[in-house]
This record gives sequence, C-alpha cells and structure tokens, in this order.
Amino acid sequence: MQDRTALFEIKDLCKSFGDHLVLDHISTNIYQGEVVVIVGPSGSGKSTFLRSLNLLEEPTGGSICFEGLNITDPKCNINKYRQKIGMVFQHFNLFPHKTILQNMTLAPIKLLKKSKEEAESQAVELLKRVGLEEKAHAYPSQLSGGQKQRIAIVRSLCMNPDVMLFDEPTSALDPEMVGEVLAVMRDLAGQGMTMAVVTHEMGFAKEVGTRVMFIDEGQIKEENTPGEFFEHPENPRLREFLSKVL
Amino acid sequence: MEEFKQKFYLNFIEDNRWRYITNGLGTTFTVTIFAILLGVALGFLVALVRSTADKSGSKNILLRILDWVCKLYLTVIRGTPAMIQLLIMYYIIFASPNVSKQFVAILSFGINSGAYVAEIFRSGIMSIDQGQFEAGRSLGFGYAQTMWYIITPQAFKNVLPALANEFITLLKETSICGYIALTDITHGANTIRSQTYEPLLPLLAAAAIYLVIVSCLSFGVGKLERRLRTDAR
Repeated sequence: MQDRTALFEIKDLCKSFGDHLVLDHISTNIYQGEVVVIVGPSGSGKSTFLRSLNLLEEPTGGSICFEGLNITDPKCNINKYRQKIGMVFQHFNLFPHKTILQNMTLAPIKLLKKSKEEAESQAVELLKRVGLEEKAHAYPSQLSGGQKQRIAIVRSLCMNPDVMLFDEPTSALDPEMVGEVLAVMRDLAGQGMTMAVVTHEMGFAKEVGTRVMFIDEGQIKEENTPGEFFEHPENPRLREFLSKVL
Repeated sequence: MEEFKQKFYLNFIEDNRWRYITNGLGTTFTVTIFAILLGVALGFLVALVRSTADKSGSKNILLRILDWVCKLYLTVIRGTPAMIQLLIMYYIIFASPNVSKQFVAILSFGINSGAYVAEIFRSGIMSIDQGQFEAGRSLGFGYAQTMWYIITPQAFKNVLPALANEFITLLKETSICGYIALTDITHGANTIRSQTYEPLLPLLAAAAIYLVIVSCLSFGVGKLERRLRTDAR
C-alpha cells in the first residue's frame, strides 16, 4: 500500500453556497490506478465533490493537491492541470457546431500544439476502440445518446489525461444504451486508468470499482472495497441507502 | 403614358438629376457598411464584458467598473433617438465645418448600432448551455479560448436572424443623414422633389431602392443561415 502514488490529496475540502454547506471537511486520497466509485443520495454533494477535483466548483476551504501540486492555490494555473484531468459529463456536452473528429482534435491541436495529422490519427485510433470510426465526420446531433457519451469519453482521452472524472455518465441515457457506455469505462479501467466515477450503477461499482465511497450530507460516511461495502455496510444511512437502490 | 414619360424625364434625366440618387446610394452604402463594422466590433466587446461580468458574479473590481460603463452606454444610447445622437455628434461633439460628414454619420450610427448589437450578442452568449463552457474549461481551455472556439461560434449562429434585423434597421435609419446635410438616398430624392415640385416619382424611387437592398440582404442572410445550420437536426 505504501508505494502507491497519490494523484489527488484532498484535505478538509469545504464548499458552501451561501449558508448552505455542501462539502463538509472532506479528506481522502485518490491513488494511481484506482477506480473510485462515489455513491450517495441526490443532493449529498457527490457531484460537487467530483467537480471540485478539477475546480469546476471552487472550494471555499481546504486544499487539493494534484500530482503533488496544490491546485487550490490561487497562483496555480489551473488550465494546465485540467489538461491532465479528463472529465465526462451527464449531458455529454459535445460541441454541436463541430464534427466528431473536430470535437476530438480541437484541444490537442490548440493546447498540446499537435499537428492536425497527428491529432486526427490519434482520434481515429480512439474512435476505432469504441467502434465509432464511421462517425468521424458526423455531427453530434446525428448520434444517439450512448454514442455521444462514448465520443465524450474518447474526446477527453485525446488529451492523454492521468485521471478521468465521470459525473453520472449514464444518468441521461435510455436504459438500453447504458451498457455500451459502461463497457467503454470498464475497458478503460482494465487498462489501468485512474478513475473517479459518480454513478447510480451499483453493478458497475461492484464489478469495476476498487473502492466505493458513500457521501451523505457533504461528508464521506463510509468507504471500503466493493465487497465489504456492499456486504457489510456499517453506517446506518448507507444501509438505508443500499436497501433502497439494490 | 406620355405624362409619365414627361415626369420621368423631368425628375431623373433633366439636369442629370438621377445623380442625386446614385450619389446618395453611394453614401447610404458607405455609411451603413462602416457603421455595421463599427457596431459589430463595439457590440462584441460590450457583450463580452457584460456576459463575463454576469457569469463570474462580478468579483473583479476592474470588471465591475467596465460593466458599469457598458451599462451606462447601453442606457444612454438606447434611451435617446438616433437623430438626436447624430445632431449632437455633428453640432456639439465635432462642431466644426471641416469634419467629414460621412465620418460623423458612420461614427454616430456605429455607436448607436453597437448598443443594440451588444444586447443581441449577449443574449446569444447567455443562451449557450453552461455545459458547453464547462466542457471547454475541463479540456484545459482558458476563459477567452473557450469563448472564442466554443461559445461565440454557436452564439453567432443563434443570433444571426436578430443581427440581420438590426442591420436592416440600421440601413433604413441612415435616411436621417439629411439632417446634417449629407446626401444619402432619401436626401437625394428630397432634393429632386424640391427642384421639380413632383414628390411621387423621386420618393417612390428612393423607397424602391431601400426595398431592393433589404431584400438582397435578407436573401444573403437566409443563405448563410442555411449553411450554418448543417450541424443542427
């Protein structure tokens, strides 16, 4: 356990909207190669926690270190670190005015200064991996929800991130499309990608997660390996939650 | 028929009176085009300041001052008639017979149009889903880059009809150029009328010319809209 490198070191992370405390002194680490699945009731702060990791939500207290650097320091250039932190959203957020290929190559060309050819060949490679290479020149509006989310995942991968954050990636999908997206994520986890996933898919948490985290009232109430987490939950709120969702 | 020919000759051919119209046409074009360019540039900047201030909750003091200046500009320009603005620009701000009247008109109409364009652009920017912004930022783009590569292209497409409407309004509004004795189409037609005492043909001709220009503009914008719509369903 000792030789694992912590990608994220989170200390006393707080976030409040006005008087409302959404994150209440959260401290935890996320290590290289981990798949941390974050579950909890709605309004518990789990999405806010995930979005804090790349500062889409600005914390109001505490600190987050990413690869040893304090990214909550106001002097830190967050744009540089966000390149290393991929993010997948519930509503895909593909750029509707650009083709799939352009969606995927925009950031590598503009930010990593890759040549168009280099960026496109990498993008096509990734498209093949998710079985969507024939959609390269389509626009997002021509794709199904599941296809859009698979594209959103590989768009993030084009930046060669060190970690991927997933914010309820299957919640906006029709049920029959959930599987194809989870398959891509499972594949990614199998390749050793470090991932933090907010989801309601308990099957995914059990099968793919290396650690499951229960967030309620802005605090981590329990975290454990999937086996222990689902078989022997200790926190009463977690038991109640599991009895409702399982 | 004979009578019409006579009147046509009197109003347009005799003493080369058609020149009042063609010269006026040139002025109307020049003033409109440069005022549009100035208005779009000005409006874009104001819209950026306003929407940035709206989005960020105005924590930055410089941004708050800029936002306040922009709001003042919008209030004053949209709250007073374009004709008064033109007269103030010519008689008070420049107050010199040596200044080019066309320049004064371009400046005045450009500043006027900028206020309306600013609100059009701002509504376009605010209409783009916040998720687009977050997607751009999460890939590592800065605020300005996200605006430029992701938000404004989509916003521009959404506001194109409103923008075209503003350009049409501007074109017709330049018909008050005559108040600073600048000969545009309207002033040219009116000059003919005052010489021939025949209002019908010169005014109808002027009206027809405006109608043709507006129709061409609408046609062009319609084409552009269809071309930009490729990605939408």
